[in-house]
Amino acid sequence: MVRIKRLVLDVLKPHEPNSLEFARAVAQKVGGCSVKLTVTEMDDKTATTVLIVEGDDIRFEAIQEAVSQMGGSLHSIDEVEVAAGARDPD
Amino acid sequence: MLDELGLLFRILRAPSIARRYVVTNGFDGCVAMLGLLMGFRVGAPVALEVVVGACLATAVALGMSGLTSAYISEAAEKKKELRELESAMLTDLDQSAHGRAARLMPIAIALVNGLAPFLVAMVIMLPLWLGWAGIVLPVAPLDTAIVVAFVEAFLLGVFVGTISETFWLWAGLRATFVAGVTAGLILLLAPG
Repeated sequence: MVRIKRLVLDVLKPHEPNSLEFARAVAQKVGGCSVKLTVTEMDDKTATTVLIVEGDDIRFEAIQEAVSQMGGSLHSIDEVEVAAGARDPD
Repeated sequence: MLDELGLLFRILRAPSIARRYVVTNGFDGCVAMLGLLMGFRVGAPVALEVVVGACLATAVALGMSGLTSAYISEAAEKKKELRELESAMLTDLDQSAHGRAARLMPIAIALVNGLAPFLVAMVIMLPLWLGWAGIVLPVAPLDTAIVVAFVEAFLLGVFVGTISETFWLWAGLRATFVAGVTAGLILLLAPG
């Protein structure tokens, strides 16, 4: 089984909820992970952010769901780190 | 659920909008009721039943007016804000917290806007209800209701002062002064 350990995502979000609430909502939804949100650009109504999620087994669908619930939009997956368990014997 | 509701409220700055509506429409209800009571005070004497009926009808009308006007204006405003945000985000936000907030907030704000003048009017009417129920008041029910209207105007002023962090007494007196000018104008313009 392949587990996602780290994801770096390019996310566009509205100003509200603020970065703290946004990151908290993602962390709450995904569970068992650490979340880092960095604002890289501010526009009139939106903020471009880099969302880094680290954990043992990250559920990507949960992140997507949390982001869209908070009114955000996932633009791209910029970095991925996955780990596989022991190879299945043939 | 409560967290989400709190978030929705913050997204649309609902607390500040609701506060504004409580003050504006609450004061509206207070001054309208004061005007009506002053009208009865300066006019030919009528039965208390007539005063209660007219005041109750006015209170209901103020409540309905507040309810519907706030809903219509807020729903349009929130829809416009949502469409602008959607255009900036290049995505459909109907299923997001913003979409839910845009649908829920006009209802909540309409309730605040409708209930504020209605409840203010009900409190002003309290002496009239008591008088109508046969309870003897130290001062005539109509005059007591006018005093209650002035007290409510003062308290709404104090509330505004607390929000704006200005001296509460000054803010309260300013609102009472407006109520006083209203009463004075009615006395001045009253026939006879």
